[in-house]
Amino acid sequence: MSTQLISERAAERTRSARARAVGLLGPLTMLGGVAWAFLQPYRITLLHPHGEGFWWLVVEPPLLVVAVGIVFALFVAPGLIEDLQED
Amino acid sequence: MEPPAEHVHWLFATGFLLLALCLLARAIVGAEVWDRRAWRAYLWPSLLFGLGILMWPVMVFFTNSTIHMVAHGAWAQTMMLAGAAELGLVRGKLHSRAWHLALPLALAVSGIAILVHEQNGWLFARAAFLHHVLGWTALVGAIFTLLGVLQPRRRIWATGLALTLVLISVFLYSDRDVAPIFGHLSERAGVPHR
Repeated sequence: MSTQLISERAAERTRSARARAVGLLGPLTMLGGVAWAFLQPYRITLLHPHGEGFWWLVVEPPLLVVAVGIVFALFVAPGLIEDLQED
Repeated sequence: MEPPAEHVHWLFATGFLLLALCLLARAIVGAEVWDRRAWRAYLWPSLLFGLGILMWPVMVFFTNSTIHMVAHGAWAQTMMLAGAAELGLVRGKLHSRAWHLALPLALAVSGIAILVHEQNGWLFARAAFLHHVLGWTALVGAIFTLLGVLQPRRRIWATGLALTLVLISVFLYSDRDVAPIFGHLSERAGVPHR
């Protein structure tokens, strides 16, 4: 096996590992938000909305974390993985 | 209709978390791949600049002392400076690599401002503890970014900065108006509530 082929395969492995890592960032963030919601359910005021004010219903940290994960996974990660695989 | 101060911290935490994910992905794939699409190259400096702009209304509506106001003003200015410098470099309007130093400067000024404007000890209340820990975390982040400017090929510094921002985000999400920290709450802090 030529050294060029070996180095090409090593570079390919590195690229795919990086693509996997980028692909995991969004889902892991979402998972973190969901885990947080289970650990501190009282921070999800939508579960008990009676008597809550506007801001307490809008700003719910675990849901914000899930939203960040979704935004990253949908809008940033796919193009980045595509560019990485074309590299 | 102003949001409570803790909600403002949580909203900023969300902005910092998105910024951290972008910088972490950039550290993983490298700046060349990240900058291949123009919109992506502008994304993280724009986020930083935007967070700086949003800090101004926080300074106006949520600060209750001069030192508090000056600290928030300093964050607003340095975040905008760092974001604008990076935008200028991406656009090609700025050429000197020295402009990258705006980012460690922003983190150093922010860290010092947080530490200086917190007048109470670590275990006075949760907010005081978070101010101390945020200040020192920002200073560690400044070291990462400074080393990143000096050694741009080493991805460990960029990764360190991204993880520092994740930590800052976690600390901001932990903020409460009046709450104990590790079971400690000074009687002068006020009555704890959720």
